[in-house]
Amino acid sequence: MARPEIEDVEVDLFMRALQLRHGYDFSRYAPASFKRRVLNLAASAGCRTVIELTDRLLREDALVPQVIAGLSVPVSEMFRNPSVFRTLREEVLPVLASYPVINIWQAGCAFGQEVYSLAILLEEAGLYDRSQIFATDFSDAALIRAQEGIFPARDARLYSENYLAAGCQRSLADYYHARYDFMKFDERLKRNVTFANHNLVCDGVFCEAHLILCRNVLIYFTNELQDHVLSLFRDSLVRNGFLCLGNRENIGFASAARDFTPVNARERIFRKSAEAA
Amino acid sequence: MAPTVVMGCSAGGMSALRTVLGGLDKGFPRPVVVVCHTGSEDITTFCELLETTSTLPVREARERQSVTTGVVHVAPSGYHLLLEGDGRFALSVDERVSFARPAIDVLFESAASACGSDLIGVVMTGANYDGAAGLRTIRRRGGLAIVQTPADAHAPSMPQAALDVAGADYCVPLGEIASVLNQLCLPKARP
Ligand SMILES: C[S@@+](CC[C@H](N)C(=O)[O-])C[C@H]1O[C@@H](n2cnc3c(N)ncnc32)[C@H](O)[C@@H]1O
Repeated sequence: MARPEIEDVEVDLFMRALQLRHGYDFSRYAPASFKRRVLNLAASAGCRTVIELTDRLLREDALVPQVIAGLSVPVSEMFRNPSVFRTLREEVLPVLASYPVINIWQAGCAFGQEVYSLAILLEEAGLYDRSQIFATDFSDAALIRAQEGIFPARDARLYSENYLAAGCQRSLADYYHARYDFMKFDERLKRNVTFANHNLVCDGVFCEAHLILCRNVLIYFTNELQDHVLSLFRDSLVRNGFLCLGNRENIGFASAARDFTPVNARERIFRKSAEAA
Repeated sequence: MAPTVVMGCSAGGMSALRTVLGGLDKGFPRPVVVVCHTGSEDITTFCELLETTSTLPVREARERQSVTTGVVHVAPSGYHLLLEGDGRFALSVDERVSFARPAIDVLFESAASACGSDLIGVVMTGANYDGAAGLRTIRRRGGLAIVQTPADAHAPSMPQAALDVAGADYCVPLGEIASVLNQLCLPKARP
């Protein structure tokens, strides 16, 4: 058998150190992108090798949040893939409207772009006042940013285009104040949002949700971890609850996929099957 | 994992790909994986256009599916495409690399890890420098590099950057890339 590359051994040791010393388990993350992130992290921390980073990680507890923030890579967009939000607005919200209280779990919320997108969607549908959004991520650094609701002004144009393409009715600018190079979203959009740290790898059922939005998070997980998280989602959803995943996600290899029925396969929107426990 | 061909191109890439994919042998014995910066959301149409000249079927690469011999897999737009060691595709929405997502470097580096020396990397026309670092990794791990002659390229900077950073085992005009690949991948003449 070919000897493994030194880099691969180093990444493996880094992963074990993170688990043994700090309790974060990345062993079921998809290896290729995990490796890329670890190499980037080492470079950005000024380390020549991953071993050097591992050495510091073992001795400096203060490095842990930075490491988690680096491994999290919270890249997002408001109304990313606008047709998904259009479908949520046209096909999902009318169903949710029949519930007296609507619970939405947004798992892997990154810097909150999708949280504010959802809040706007609900506001315009007249449902926001009886909705509660639980926005979770395992990176505290990301959660802090998400609560601030401040995004670079250079993204305003893309976000506005997405907003309109999603079929929303007003103008995105109605929801934020431009300040210097930033846009700050209206505090009122957060009135029914709860931000919380939740790690999909090891934490349990978070709430009883009518809709779970978890886009572009499971793509970083192996089939096994994807299956585990889908089971968690199943257990967190009410009967017939909705699940929305990222546009290119494939759950065909997870056995828990049988508990979900596609309602709009193209947009990756599913419902918990009636037979699912 | 099975020996593989990975290709990257940018500006002018569509017509370059049509030429190369049209010249591959019918029974080309390897999977081909392509990253082309198209800037368009609609990769289905892109695949269909390639398929009109390609000798092999052209499909969008799907998350978690295995790389298939005799198929051209194209990276979906908006996602980095990576190869895992078990021969399956993975996607990521990590930051752009060289202003691009999908980035050629990301595919090439993951493929170099997954395939070691059983890999051929091809860099063609493009107006930036994506692919150069990835091609260097491929060569370091014992894989082969084919670079389109810059003077022959619609946009020369990408193949030029690849030559500067990685060098090449074959530096040939577009019209010859397919025949080099056919030669290299003859069932018995494995590199
Ligand atoms: C690429 S972002 C997705 C952002 C957004 N949902 C979107 O699609 O635009 C992935 C997010 O998942 C989070 N994440 C990764 N692993 C996680 C875990 N085990 N538990 C909770 N969140 C996780 C990361 O911190 C990051 O913010």
